[in-house]
Amino acid sequence: MPSTPQPNSNYALSGCRVLDLTTPLGNLCGKILADLGADVIKIEPPSGDAGRLRSPFYPDTSGAPQSLWWLAYNNNKRGITLNLESSDGKAILTKLAKSADILIESAPPGYMDSLGVGFERLSAENPKLVYTAITPFGQNGPYRDFLADDLEIMALSGVMSLTGDPGRTPLRISLSQSEAWASLYGAMGTLTAYHHRQALLSQGVGGQAGGEGQFVDVSAQAACVILCAHAPWFWDYNRDIANREGKYMTGRTITGAKFRTVWPCRDGFLTFIIYGGPAGQKTNRALTEWMDSQSCAPPIMKQKNWDKFDVATITQPEVDEMETAIGKFFLNLTKQEFLKGGVQRGMLGYPISSAGDILADDQLVSRDFWQTLQQPGMDRPLRFPGGFAKFSEMECGVRRPAPSLGEHNSEILVSELGFSPEQLNLMREARII
Amino acid sequence: MSQPALDGVVVVQFAAFAAGPCIGKYMANHGAYVVRVESASRPDGFRAHYPPFKDNVKGLNRSGVFAFNNDTTYSIGVNLKAPGGIEIAKKLAAKADVIIENFTPGTMRKLGLGYDALAALNPRLVMLSTCNMGQTGPRAQHPGFGSQLTSLSGFTNLAGEPGGEPVIVYGPYIDYVAVGFGYVAILAALEYRRQSGRGQYIDLAQYENGVHFLAPAILQHQLLGTSPERQGNRHDYAAPHNAYPCAEPDTWCAISVFDDDEWQRLVGVMGKPEWAASLRFATQLARKQNEAELDALVAEWTRAFPANELMMLLQKAGVHAAKVNNMPDLFADPQLVHRRFWRPVHHKEVGVHHAEMPAYDLSLTPAVEPFPDPCICEHTEAILQKLLGLSAAEIEALAAQGAVELESSVAAH
Repeated sequence: MPSTPQPNSNYALSGCRVLDLTTPLGNLCGKILADLGADVIKIEPPSGDAGRLRSPFYPDTSGAPQSLWWLAYNNNKRGITLNLESSDGKAILTKLAKSADILIESAPPGYMDSLGVGFERLSAENPKLVYTAITPFGQNGPYRDFLADDLEIMALSGVMSLTGDPGRTPLRISLSQSEAWASLYGAMGTLTAYHHRQALLSQGVGGQAGGEGQFVDVSAQAACVILCAHAPWFWDYNRDIANREGKYMTGRTITGAKFRTVWPCRDGFLTFIIYGGPAGQKTNRALTEWMDSQSCAPPIMKQKNWDKFDVATITQPEVDEMETAIGKFFLNLTKQEFLKGGVQRGMLGYPISSAGDILADDQLVSRDFWQTLQQPGMDRPLRFPGGFAKFSEMECGVRRPAPSLGEHNSEILVSELGFSPEQLNLMREARII
Repeated sequence: MSQPALDGVVVVQFAAFAAGPCIGKYMANHGAYVVRVESASRPDGFRAHYPPFKDNVKGLNRSGVFAFNNDTTYSIGVNLKAPGGIEIAKKLAAKADVIIENFTPGTMRKLGLGYDALAALNPRLVMLSTCNMGQTGPRAQHPGFGSQLTSLSGFTNLAGEPGGEPVIVYGPYIDYVAVGFGYVAILAALEYRRQSGRGQYIDLAQYENGVHFLAPAILQHQLLGTSPERQGNRHDYAAPHNAYPCAEPDTWCAISVFDDDEWQRLVGVMGKPEWAASLRFATQLARKQNEAELDALVAEWTRAFPANELMMLLQKAGVHAAKVNNMPDLFADPQLVHRRFWRPVHHKEVGVHHAEMPAYDLSLTPAVEPFPDPCICEHTEAILQKLLGLSAAEIEALAAQGAVELESSVAAH
């Protein structure tokens, strides 16, 4: 099957074939490529990918529990099953890899090589193959063989030391995030290598077939260090250790003052921070006027010359005085009232939203962000997050639902690779697929 | 070794803070030529306001947060509000493969630098606009910063102890999700251009990007009417699953146990204490049910160990364990050091510090050695020569009229 993308097609990666052997650590990586139009084939063991076992679950019309995690991160892919520990399974993967453009996997380092279907073997048969491996720490190094799930990756990324109350247990975000970060960086690395390959192809460089593949080694730990944002540079520049401060923000002043960021309101919580810079000045003035319109503004805020306000020099007692009044004011607002008022007044600040708030947000609805998909076996169509970008010339977004287990075995193994239906049955019974 | 993967790609940024510039930084890390357009009259907020500053002395060239988002890029001083400034900007755009901007929607168009105007000069241009809400919609003009958008996007709600108030998620979390998707979108558009010969416009909303990282919660709400809740460090089924206190103050080790076999391995490392044989911890369900008590008992044991030693001991025995790295630990982390994740750069005002590399290593076209973030307007002459072929006299004239800014004429403090 030719792998040169078709010109003038509506997607960036039309005609690009991706073999997706990822576990949850890399599921979103395959989806991102699929969202851009690649033909992504999810290859799972006969018993199914671990992602199918992630809660929450919802029973489909046959009563079988479907993983919502799986549905969210594996749409746009076709699906086959292969037992890579069987010789036939290896042979099928090798055959598919010969004409694939990209392969992504997230097996423990060395595992694919031990089976004889790692990068070295597959790229020997297909030098144009971009092979991306996503692991907790990378392909080699002292932590290479460490057991790590989300909690360990977050711990070693540094971000947990920055989350939670001071002196108390460092925290992770309760909906695991490391898989999404590792997958996002996996997509970045994959497309970087693909860009290189395609550039050489255009130049007619790289052997008869043109183009040059390579190995992309992605570390989830490294991917999650970005969550520390600028905290490392307090140490790198000044040997100051940035630490967790609960719901307070620090590091904005020379006085050491800290600012409240999370505020209870009538029906939940808000995020608001006394900020500096032009946007902060405007926000603080707007909030003062809003509070004043309800006779809630304290003298310290009314008397402040917000145009000259320099957050770096404010003292903690001043902050505390303002925050006491602000806190009382916020207690009387609902999340929606705060957002509406904030938008009207051009203020920084948002409600602390949950999924329900996000689904109801008219900003997202008006941009047609949600894409409705009827997942087979579900009793109702569902809204999924749509394209991650709006391109003026290209499509990007959800096209097909996540595959059921082995859904495309016949389509790919019979129609494409030429196995007979009888062989398919034989392989099924022998647990090769 | 081949040339860098993004060799020859010219990126011009009209961008400040994180969401725009960090995309350029990552492209530069793989060999793109990345130019930031800035003006001393309106410096990037990260240069001007945000600690850490070197030695806690403020200065436009002393900012750590600016440094880490802008290594390996160049700075050209152009005053878009001065006569001739917009013209220079347009000429740069005509030479660019990619433009990245993160102003309030409509700003570039008002300046005469909207996509339609620039594409007319350069039909192969890929232009990315990244902002909080996207270019359209009822709240497109609502100002916002990523550190707070993190809350609107649902993440803040998910950090904290069960039953407690949310705690802040550090930094502009959402901005970096959008940096990743922005990078992917640009490379996708460049591939499309390679096939079709045409550039295009990309409208990226940081809010929308964040929602992708919560996609399962979106489905959960629709189907089950519930939302994921703050759970501290708890896991759906694994127990123990938490960060446990270690010997030194405020040092911790994460430990997680996913099945009976792993539990037995942990019990073995703990020396088979009597409490571990209790029926209260004999099965997966029982351990999960009695999690609070289990946490307390494990913590009593972990307190005796230095965090690093505990991690090594448990990993050797086949138990999920990881030290909670603080910032100094992160720079010394043996795995990150092995990957050369932190690279030293020598900045002419700050001195030696580190740049953070991408999380992906390419075998044939590795990242280029980074160089330090630019001083403001540091490369004006060089860029005008390289991209526009201007002579020294022409540059001088432009500087005299205020259209471009030279480093020599910028007051650093």
